[in-house]
Amino acid sequence: MTALLSGARTLRGLAGNTWLHFAARRLVRLLISVWVLVTAAFLMIHLIPGDPVRAALGLTASPELVAERRAALGHDEPLWLQYVHYLGGLFSGDAGTSVTSGLPVSRVIGDRLPATVELAGFAFVVAVVAVVVAVPLGVAMAVLTRGGRRRRTELSFTSTSVVLGAVPEFLLAVGLVYVFGVRLGWVPVAGRSGLVSYALPVLALAAGPAAVLARLLRVETLAVLHADYIRTARAKRLPGRIVYLRHALPNAVTATITVGGLLLGAMVAGTVLVENVFAWPGLGTTIVESILAKDYPLVQGIVLVYGTGVLLVNLAVDIALALLDPRSTIKES
Amino acid sequence: MPSPGKSKWAGVLRTPVGVSAATLLAAVLLLAVVAPLLWSDEAAAVDTGQILRGPSAEHWMGTDGLGRDVFHRVLVATGLSVGLALLATAIGVLTGLLLGAAPILLGARAGRVVSAMVNIAVAFPGLLLALFFAVVFGVGASGAVLAIGFALAPAFARLTQTLVAKVSGLDYVAAARIAGLGRVRLLARHVLPNVAEPLVVNATVAAGSALLAFAGLSFLGLGVQAPAYDWGRLLADGLAGLYIHPAAALAPGTAVVVAGLAFNLFGEAIAKGVGLRSAPVVFRRRDRDEPVAPAPAGEDRRSVLAVENLRVTFPGGTAPVRGVSFALRRGESVGIVGESGSGKTLTALAVAQLIEEPGEVTADRLEFRGQPLHELPDRTRQQLLGTSFAMVFQDPMTSFNPTQRIGRQLAEVSEQHHGLGRRQALDRAIDRLQAVRVPAAARRAKQFPHEFSGGMRQRAMIGMGMMGSPALIVADEPTTALDVTVQRQVLRLLQSVRAADDVAILLISHDITVVRRFCERVLVMYAGRIVEDLPAADLPARARHPYTRALLAAVPDMSTELERPLAVIPGRPVDPARVPVGCAFAARCPFADEQCRGADPPLVADREGRRVACWHADVTGGRPMMAEEVRVGE
Repeated sequence: MTALLSGARTLRGLAGNTWLHFAARRLVRLLISVWVLVTAAFLMIHLIPGDPVRAALGLTASPELVAERRAALGHDEPLWLQYVHYLGGLFSGDAGTSVTSGLPVSRVIGDRLPATVELAGFAFVVAVVAVVVAVPLGVAMAVLTRGGRRRRTELSFTSTSVVLGAVPEFLLAVGLVYVFGVRLGWVPVAGRSGLVSYALPVLALAAGPAAVLARLLRVETLAVLHADYIRTARAKRLPGRIVYLRHALPNAVTATITVGGLLLGAMVAGTVLVENVFAWPGLGTTIVESILAKDYPLVQGIVLVYGTGVLLVNLAVDIALALLDPRSTIKES
Repeated sequence: MPSPGKSKWAGVLRTPVGVSAATLLAAVLLLAVVAPLLWSDEAAAVDTGQILRGPSAEHWMGTDGLGRDVFHRVLVATGLSVGLALLATAIGVLTGLLLGAAPILLGARAGRVVSAMVNIAVAFPGLLLALFFAVVFGVGASGAVLAIGFALAPAFARLTQTLVAKVSGLDYVAAARIAGLGRVRLLARHVLPNVAEPLVVNATVAAGSALLAFAGLSFLGLGVQAPAYDWGRLLADGLAGLYIHPAAALAPGTAVVVAGLAFNLFGEAIAKGVGLRSAPVVFRRRDRDEPVAPAPAGEDRRSVLAVENLRVTFPGGTAPVRGVSFALRRGESVGIVGESGSGKTLTALAVAQLIEEPGEVTADRLEFRGQPLHELPDRTRQQLLGTSFAMVFQDPMTSFNPTQRIGRQLAEVSEQHHGLGRRQALDRAIDRLQAVRVPAAARRAKQFPHEFSGGMRQRAMIGMGMMGSPALIVADEPTTALDVTVQRQVLRLLQSVRAADDVAILLISHDITVVRRFCERVLVMYAGRIVEDLPAADLPARARHPYTRALLAAVPDMSTELERPLAVIPGRPVDPARVPVGCAFAARCPFADEQCRGADPPLVADREGRRVACWHADVTGGRPMMAEEVRVGE
């Protein structure tokens, strides 16, 4: 018992209370966010003006059919009971039944999810690789162009990254399809067949965030290079490489990770558009089809998947930040 | 007279980016209004003989599936695309404003719930929110406007929250609230005017995002429905025929990018114009030989620092340090005092070889421990300075790297300069922390800077300087950022380090009482020069330079009469870009005459080694200066 107590004490001593607090706070926030997400997905259908079942079945459907389907979907029950059923269903893995196909929503999502996860995953890896390449580039640009030197280099770097960052991924996708698919014929213009078919959608998703991050990193590095602790590092007569890598870089990277997390969340959403440009058989094409077909249970399910994906990305970013910058564990956000 | 607000907005148009963004945006807006009026008929004209044709003289960008002219359709679509985007932005800003001001409008408790919801919503990307609301409001143009508007709202709510929180802390808003001003009027009269500027800037950028998002929704088939058309709709139609007729897809795509960029760039240009309002600094060239006083002879082995005619210049001819000469011996403590801008910190940085480009340091002589710093090879110089020259900076809060443990930041000195291993270096760091009386040093070494108090951090900073065996500690305002009791502790620590290890200390301070108490000798700087150099014991009675005496007179003591206003030195310090001819202090000096305004007095030493640069040193010397006298020069 005493051993256990002292063990716990050392553990606390090692981890520090701030870490425990941070973990607890972050967990609570995640749970609340998931609850809000689930509730919003549930309410979504009830917020739609008119009768969603009638809307889904069309004006020509007989009143008997509508009533029958309403009863089957549980729409005749009071709202709170529907909510309880909905939550209960989610806990047991039942997210309802697709109206158009009659298949369980979880199965449709299970079929389509891998293609989207692959796409987003690849794009994320490419963007990270690009940023890892862009880190030295951004820092180098900052070092080269500080104090108003090399105006032309700075202008071309800034304008390129501004334009690349401002072009939305689906328009970039169209441009890429035109150049590499239609004109050059190097890669297929649509569908998911073989590794080559990943090239364009992944590039379309990753290019913008990479450009934005490189630019941000340059600005951040410039600010950091003027910081007092960099002067302290120089006063210690450390060689330039240590000043830049150990003292400037970790500080410049924290802001970049914050924004990178937002961009990554946006990238999850961006797959919706990019999938539709490339007719990619993922969740993005499915959600648009199901919105147009008014297949609300399926829409609900997919919204939950995307939302959870974004929440997990945010969590990962917060943990990365906490590891890099210990101050963020005590920051109240 | 133009209001400052107006000139600010006009300033946006003075930068090349601002001008081009404004022009582009004006063109887009003009087209949005004019194009649907002028070319709607051309855009709708069906020509079945010309279906899906490529670009020709008749149809610049070819025709679509019904033989309609693509170029005209893209132009006409500007109206709907931009109009709907602006409408969505307006909805987003208004909704966001109401949500963000909820704490004011609804009271604290309801406001907190709204804020929590906003904070959760803001974590989701706009497109996901737009899809969610598109489901709720239904497919179609009006549904899409509401969807995008509501998707923008959380970001604006968050922005409003931040701004309102900042404003409602202000005194007059608090006063208005106490005076019982209604919530809505409080919002309209006191809060909105203050948050309008950042809101407008963000709304402009958001309009660009709304434009892109609208194109996205229409492209997916969830936005504008046929027969109406916007750019996204045209893009979706054109994409199907990308192989045979790429212009039909590329033209609307380009239009979306250009219009989006116009909004984005203009927004960023205003943000920049509003944020940075500093006038360009005008430098004036000055070429004038500075009178040079010889440093008092100090050629013994105990010399730590010898500086002769040290100058720091910046491009354009500004010279914030103009020919400074002094020397320090082992164990000696010398203080440099002066107002901000007198060049005292730059002198310290120059001696420490820490002036950054484009600043330039020249000196007839700059020797540290008998070694000419300018002539040493880089590696030798870094080694010498790294082991025996320590710096303590003004703000202990910002002078440590926030991402590294304190122990590590100390240890790296020894890893670098003494070739110690990680473990040994850390042991040394803990030992040094103990030496500067940081309690529980081993545990403290594992902490991060933000876990240290200000005084503790300054101790650690001194400890960092003692990782080697310092011959000199340069302390630049080491106590300014600390409160009074901690100040004394830090100074006492420096004093004990000096006594124990025979370390010379150069203390930079604007506070003449601190310097007088702590140092043996005091250098008074004004406008980049030393104007007086005297033993601290001679203060205040034997100070001869009017500036020194003005500094002393400005210090209130126990005999200061409380009814009288505090003494101040009239006028302002000299701008290093425009140092006047003659004595730099003349404009603020009650004794100044023609000679003072005509020629800069040299720094001359008397028999005791005291130096002063004043034409009237002998006249003014020895007579205590009264506060009224100080104010005469006003």
